Amino acid sequence: MKTSQKFFLLFGLVFAFLVVFSILVYFRILDRYFSRLLLWGAIQSIIAISLNLITGFTGQLSLGQAGFVGLGAYTTAILTTQGWPFLFALLPSLAIAGLAGFLVGWPSLRLRGDYLAIMTLGFGEIIRSLIINLPDLTGGASGFKDIPGFHPDGDLNRLFLFLGIFISFFLVLFLVVNLIRSSYGRAIISVREDEIAARSMGVDIQLVKIGAFTLSALIAGWGGALQAPFLNYLAPSSYDFLKSVDFVVIIVLGGMGSITGTILAAFGLTYLQEWLRFLGDYRMVIYPLLMILMMLFRPQGLMGGREWTLETFIRKKISDSKVGNHG
Amino acid sequence: MTLLAQVLQQVVNGLALGSIYALISLGYTMVYGIVRLINFAHGDLLTIGAFIAYFFILAVGINPITLTLAMVLAMVITPLFGYSLERFAYRPLREAPRINSLITAIGASILIENGLRVIPFIGTEFRRFPTLTLNQWVLMQNLDEHGQIIKVTVSQTQLLVFAVAALLMLVLVLIVDKTKTGKAMRATSYDMKAAALMGINVNRIVSITFIIGSALAAAAGILFASSYPQIEPYMGIMPGLKAFVAAVLGGIGSIPGAMLGGLILGLAETLTKGFISSQLSDAVVFLILIIILMVRPSGLLGQTIKEKV
Amino acid sequence: MDSLLKVEDVSIQFGGLKAVSDFSLDLRSRELVGLIGPNGAGKTTVFNILTGVYLPQTGTILYRDRYERLIHLEGLSPNKITQLGLARTFQNIRLFSNLTVLENVLVSHHFRIQYNWLEAVFRLPRFWQEETRIKEQSLELLEIFGMANLAHQRASQLPYGQQRKLEIVRALATQPRLLLLDEPAAGMNPQETRQLMELIQFIRERFHLTILLIEHDMSLVMGICERILVLDYGRILAEGRPEEVRTNPEVIRAYLGEVSGA
Repeated sequence: MKTSQKFFLLFGLVFAFLVVFSILVYFRILDRYFSRLLLWGAIQSIIAISLNLITGFTGQLSLGQAGFVGLGAYTTAILTTQGWPFLFALLPSLAIAGLAGFLVGWPSLRLRGDYLAIMTLGFGEIIRSLIINLPDLTGGASGFKDIPGFHPDGDLNRLFLFLGIFISFFLVLFLVVNLIRSSYGRAIISVREDEIAARSMGVDIQLVKIGAFTLSALIAGWGGALQAPFLNYLAPSSYDFLKSVDFVVIIVLGGMGSITGTILAAFGLTYLQEWLRFLGDYRMVIYPLLMILMMLFRPQGLMGGREWTLETFIRKKISDSKVGNHG
Repeated sequence: MTLLAQVLQQVVNGLALGSIYALISLGYTMVYGIVRLINFAHGDLLTIGAFIAYFFILAVGINPITLTLAMVLAMVITPLFGYSLERFAYRPLREAPRINSLITAIGASILIENGLRVIPFIGTEFRRFPTLTLNQWVLMQNLDEHGQIIKVTVSQTQLLVFAVAALLMLVLVLIVDKTKTGKAMRATSYDMKAAALMGINVNRIVSITFIIGSALAAAAGILFASSYPQIEPYMGIMPGLKAFVAAVLGGIGSIPGAMLGGLILGLAETLTKGFISSQLSDAVVFLILIIILMVRPSGLLGQTIKEKV
Repeated sequence: MDSLLKVEDVSIQFGGLKAVSDFSLDLRSRELVGLIGPNGAGKTTVFNILTGVYLPQTGTILYRDRYERLIHLEGLSPNKITQLGLARTFQNIRLFSNLTVLENVLVSHHFRIQYNWLEAVFRLPRFWQEETRIKEQSLELLEIFGMANLAHQRASQLPYGQQRKLEIVRALATQPRLLLLDEPAAGMNPQETRQLMELIQFIRERFHLTILLIEHDMSLVMGICERILVLDYGRILAEGRPEEVRTNPEVIRAYLGEVSGA
C-alpha cells in the first residue's frame, strides 16, 4: 500500500472516530460515566506514551514523570483562572514542562540506571514540594479549585473536552510514532541498547538523552495541561512518587518499547481501576502484586515490544481470505 | 547564647534522628553493595518491626525489659520478611535487566504498605506507640540576657537511640571485618562471580545480607516509633526514602558511608526544620540528593566503578 | 605531516597499573597494520584511547582529516572521533540486539542524516529521500558481506560468525578513513578466517581504508598485515615487517606457549 494511501486511510479513520464520538458525547448518547473514563484513559495514554519514550525507547528509567504532569496541570490552571484561553495557556505549560525536562536531563547525562532513576525521583519530589510550598500561587496542599473548563455551557464543554483531549491524543501519537520510525528513533533505541556502541557509531548520546528527556517532559506536561479543564480541581497529592509509579506500571504492563501496548494498558488500567473500585483498599494490594508477577513471569509486557500497525490488520485480512477463513 | 543553645539542641536532635537514618541506611547500602539493587521495600521493613514491637508491648505492658524483648523479637521476625522478599521476588530476577528488579522492588514496597493497611487488626489508623518515660537530662544550662534559663537537653529516648544504634553498628562492623561470613560478604560485593568461583555460597551470603539489613531496619523502626510515637502502615516511606538519600550521600556500598550519610542527613533535616521551615525539610533532603548525584555520584566515601569496554 | 594518524608517547594508568606506556604509532594512509601481543598487553586499551573512550594521561594523537586539517584527538568524545573518520569494532560484540541487521547498519548513518526531527515527524519529502538513500547504501554494504538476505532478522538471532561480520559492516557504514578492528577473527575456524582475510583486503581497496587490527590469530596477521606492532605489558616490544617480527627473539619470548597457527 502506498504511503499516501496509508496516510489517507489513517486520517479518515481518525476523522470518522472523532465525528462519531463527538455526536455520541454531545447528545449524551454515551453516558457521562463512560465518556469520562474514555477521556481519562486518553489523558493517561498521553502521559504513559511520554514515559515510554524516555524509559521504554531511550532506556532511561524516569520515576518522576508525575512532576512534569503536575507542572503542566498547574501552569494551565493558574493561567486559565486568570482568564487566559486554554490554547494560550497550553504553550507556556508545554514550555515549562519541557524546560523542567531539560533541567532534569542535563545532570542525568553522567548517571546510569539506578542513580538516574533516583535523580528523577528526587526531581519529582522537589516539584511536588514546590507546588505545596507556593500556596498563594497553587493553593498549596489543599489544592486548586474552580478551574474553568472549555466552555460555560455543559454540553459544549463536554464536546470541546472530548475534541481537545482526543485531538491531542492523536497528535501525540502521530508525533511519537513518526519520530520513532525515523533515524532519530533508531538513534534513541541504540542508546537504550548499547550506549558505548552507539557512541562509536557516531551517535551523540548526550544530545539524544537530553532531547528525549525534554520531549518526554513536554508531552507529559501536555497531558497535565488537559487535566486542568477536565478535573476542574488539582491536588498536589496527584503528582507524587506513587503517581509516577502508576505510569511505570502502565508501560510495564503494556510492554516497554511498544506504543500499542502502552495505549492498551493505559485504557485497560483506567477501566480496571474503576471496575475494581468496589475492592476498596484491596485494590492497592492487587496492583503491586500484578506488577511483581508481571516482572517475574512476563517482563516484556502484553505486547512484548511489538506494535500493531496498519500492516498487521491488512495482512491478516489478506491471509484470512487466502486460506479461506470465513467470517 | 540563646542561638548557640538552640543550635546545639538541634544538633542533639539531629544526631539522634541521624542515628536512626544510619541504621536504615546500612541495610540499603549493604544490599546495594551485594546485588546492585535499591531495595525500595527496605523502609517498609521498619514499619513491620515497629508493629511487631507494638503488639508485643500492648500485650505485656511497657518497661525497659519488655522494650528490649520487643526489639529482639522484631529483629528476629522482620528478617523473615526480608528473606522472603529476596528469595521469591529478587533472586529470580538477578540476571534480568536492572529496571525489572527496580520495578519489582517498588511493587514490593507498595504491596507491604497496603498489605498492612488491609490487615484487619492493623488498618489505616494512626496508633500511639508506648513510650517509656519522658525524662530529660540537661547537657548544658545557662541564663540568657533576660535572666531566663535556657538549656540543651537530651531525652531518655534519644539516649536509647544513641546506645542501641552505636551497639548495633559496632556489632555489624565486627561481623563484617572479623568473621568469615563478613569476609565472604565483602568478597561477594566486590565481584559476585569470582566469589562464587572461590567456593562462596553466594545465595546464602545474599540472604544473610538481607537478614542483617532487615534486623537493623526493625531496630530502627522501634527507635523511630519511640521518638515519634505515631505509627501507621505508611510510616516507613519517608524515613526509608531519606535513609536511601543518606546511603547515596555517604557512598552507596560503603558501610562507614551509610553511617556518615545518615548522621549528616539527620542534622540537615533537623537544622532545616528548626531554623528555616519544617515544610521545606523534605525538599532539602531531595536537594541534597540531586546535588550529590551531580557533584559526586559515588558519594562522600564511595568508589567509582568503571565499565569495561 | 603525511601520516594519517600520528600517535606520540601515549600513556595511561589505572590505579597503580600502567596499562599503556609511551605508545607511539605512525600510520600512513592505506596501510594495513597489525597490533599483537599477549593477553592483557594493552591492545584494546590502545583502541579505547584512540577512539576517545579513555583520556590518555600523556602524549598526543594527531589525525589528518578529509580536509587535510590536523586535529588533536585527545579529549574528543567518541562520537566526534567517529564523525571525523575513525571507526572501530568491539572485542565483545556490542550489536544493538533488539534492532534488525539493517537497522543496526542504519544507525551508523544517523550523524549524517540530512533531515531534522521535524521533517521526520511530518514526513516531508526529504525524509523519504534520505531513508531510501541510506537503506540502499546499507543494503549494498550488507550485500558485499553476503548478509543482505538477513536484513530483517533481529541482530540477537544471528549466528556468532555473522554477528562478528555485522560489527564490521556497522563500523564501515560510518564511512571511515581509518578502521580499527578488534579481534575480527575471534572464534572463527580456518576457513572463515581465510574468507575474512579476503574480505578485509577487499574493503581496504574498495573503500580506500587504512586499517589497524588487533588479532591473536597469527595466520591472519602474518597473512595480510604489512607492518606489525608487538605490545607487551603496555609497551611496544617490537615493530616491523611480519618476517622481522616473527623471528624477533623478544617477541618469541613474550609469546612463549601462546603462538597459534603461525
